[in-house]
Amino acid sequence: MANFVQQCFNGLVSGAFLALLALGLSVIFGMLGVVNFAHGAFYMLGAFGAYVLLTNAGVNFWLALAAVPVALAVFGCLLERAFIHRLAALDPLYNFLLTFGIALVLQDLVKREYGVTSRPYPPPAELNHPIDLGLFNYPGYQVFVLAASAAACAAVWYLLTRTRVGVVVRAATERPELTRALGINVGAWVTPVFGFGAGLAGLAGVLAAPMRAVNPLMGADLIITVFAVVVIGGLGSIVGSVVAGFGIGVATALCNLYVPALSQTLVFVFMAAVLLWRPAGLFGREEARV
Amino acid sequence: MRRTHIAALAVPLTVSLALTACGGGPTSAGGKLSGNKIVLAVLNDQSGVYADVSGKNSVEAVKMAVEDFKAKYGAKAVTKDIEVVSADHQNKPDVANSKAQELYDRQGADAIFDVPTSSAALAVATVAAQKKKLYFNITGATTDLTGKSCNKYTYHYAYDSYMLAHGTGTTVTEQGGKNWYIVYPDYAFGQDMQKQFGTAITAAGGSVAAKDPTPFPNDNFSTFLLKAPNLNPKPDVLGAMQAGGDLINLVKQYNEFKLRDKGIKLSVGLMFITDIHSLGPDAFAGTDFTDAWYWNMDQRARAWADKFYQRTHVRPSFANAANYSAAMQYLEAVQRAGTDASDAVTKQLDGHSFDDVFARNAKIRGEDHRVIHDVYLAEVKPSSEVKEDWDYEKILKTIPADQAFRPVADSAAAGCHLG
Repeated sequence: MANFVQQCFNGLVSGAFLALLALGLSVIFGMLGVVNFAHGAFYMLGAFGAYVLLTNAGVNFWLALAAVPVALAVFGCLLERAFIHRLAALDPLYNFLLTFGIALVLQDLVKREYGVTSRPYPPPAELNHPIDLGLFNYPGYQVFVLAASAAACAAVWYLLTRTRVGVVVRAATERPELTRALGINVGAWVTPVFGFGAGLAGLAGVLAAPMRAVNPLMGADLIITVFAVVVIGGLGSIVGSVVAGFGIGVATALCNLYVPALSQTLVFVFMAAVLLWRPAGLFGREEARV
Repeated sequence: MRRTHIAALAVPLTVSLALTACGGGPTSAGGKLSGNKIVLAVLNDQSGVYADVSGKNSVEAVKMAVEDFKAKYGAKAVTKDIEVVSADHQNKPDVANSKAQELYDRQGADAIFDVPTSSAALAVATVAAQKKKLYFNITGATTDLTGKSCNKYTYHYAYDSYMLAHGTGTTVTEQGGKNWYIVYPDYAFGQDMQKQFGTAITAAGGSVAAKDPTPFPNDNFSTFLLKAPNLNPKPDVLGAMQAGGDLINLVKQYNEFKLRDKGIKLSVGLMFITDIHSLGPDAFAGTDFTDAWYWNMDQRARAWADKFYQRTHVRPSFANAANYSAAMQYLEAVQRAGTDASDAVTKQLDGHSFDDVFARNAKIRGEDHRVIHDVYLAEVKPSSEVKEDWDYEKILKTIPADQAFRPVADSAAAGCHLG
């Protein structure tokens, strides 16, 4: 029993990253209609941001956790203004290709500077010990990751459903023409939303640095799973991404325990099943732009 | 086109010779060297997971071998015209296959070096056999290169899964790590390593309590790390067969779960010095593994490592040193043969004994083309004992060449019959 609960906990920790990334991807897709292939690269930049701050300036994990997502949000805004924005009027395929290209460029720039071998990043000393969770002990840092991710997801949910800003963004996402007709400048929200999504990826990246290999390919390895998660949750659906992110994390962990060979393909089996039975995703709406 | 190329052959200048060697046809009349020069090709991963382990630095190492060869023989050298070319195979067998053909046919390569990733390594062995051109595999691990896929033109130079398993598995078991829990990535290399380790551990009087395939690539090993202390019997050693980023993930999480404090040691199947460098020695401190060579193991190795450092600003991995050594031995064999014709060179290589900066007490076995040499059981130092950058290893024991590698009889049993 304890074993089962432990595995679920593992799954939630893996899911925390998937949920944060899927959430950003979903918000961006909802607002811009852009499937952001550079999302994995933003995640990688988040981890490298923390690494560079630590090694070059001695900035600790906690400061990096605050600064790096903001820096990535700004970077995201700049990218949106400089490139993505220009292709917005064209077929979405153009932005597919553009973001894919951006991802490759970012990845190779980091590779050029830091090579492909992983970089060291120690967990913060305060959390580098096991925490007693009653049934079992668990690494303190991983408990923190889970809590931080859950808090971030809850904050985003609150922001989008309970505040005026959120109402405007959701309205602009779901009925852009109607929202515009009500006198709201939809275009003004596009850039900040893209930056916000990039910032969430950066947050996930900083959180990943102490427990995962920090290398230029870390985002590329993860992004395919994240896309599958977004499809399962429903493109553009906030709740869907979070639920699917944590859900896939737990399902994969349990699968690791009972049928290890299947664990890697599980997410894609789910995706195929969801596409067959509910093409708009578990929480998506049929009329959503796909 | 062909006509102009043949015409160009007549020109005594060496310009555009890479093109003239196209078609792989016989060499110009009277010349002892194909294309009137020797072309060494390094085919490896220059952008992916193994780029830092070998990659461009191994190309540099092969260039160092060429320079040292020219300096050694001067005017007596079989030729002064030795070229080093390279290509990126991206660790994909299909790319490796087409690049190898291109190197042999269009770039006039006389020998291909390196080729990490077992599937790619085997693909190039097939090409070498077809083209009857030499191939020295350095960074591939599969024993199939000297087993069912062995051939007259392929040599396996630095290490293999048998040598890793028998070095680490046997020694760690003999030192008291009787019960093992093995986690291995679920692809050819991982499966091979798992099998080899199992055999070595059992033969040394230990047992494998459990073994689990892990997804590849994988970023969360918690499942397996949590399972380890609850196994019955409780394992003494966690045997990790992962490589690259997966290994780093696993070790980070092994430390987070404090398995060492719970009495479960970590043993790594294949470790490169770049892995230690990337996480820092403390993450691995106390981990035992088998190394084919270590840059700071003695004065002779260190002197070469210093020269290497001047050119690359990093310390060499064993893969770099082995590429240097293989290129040197190949050039020496060409020198002895007086020609680069493959069959004449293999006659010089087979059965040849030598001792160089990388390969000590070495012999090129004619029976299966396994190059045997001394290998080392190493332990990662804690950072308190590290005196300079890259000074991470302590050599515990030298495993003599004739015990380190798979016996000839076993290679024959695995399907290799070269004579």
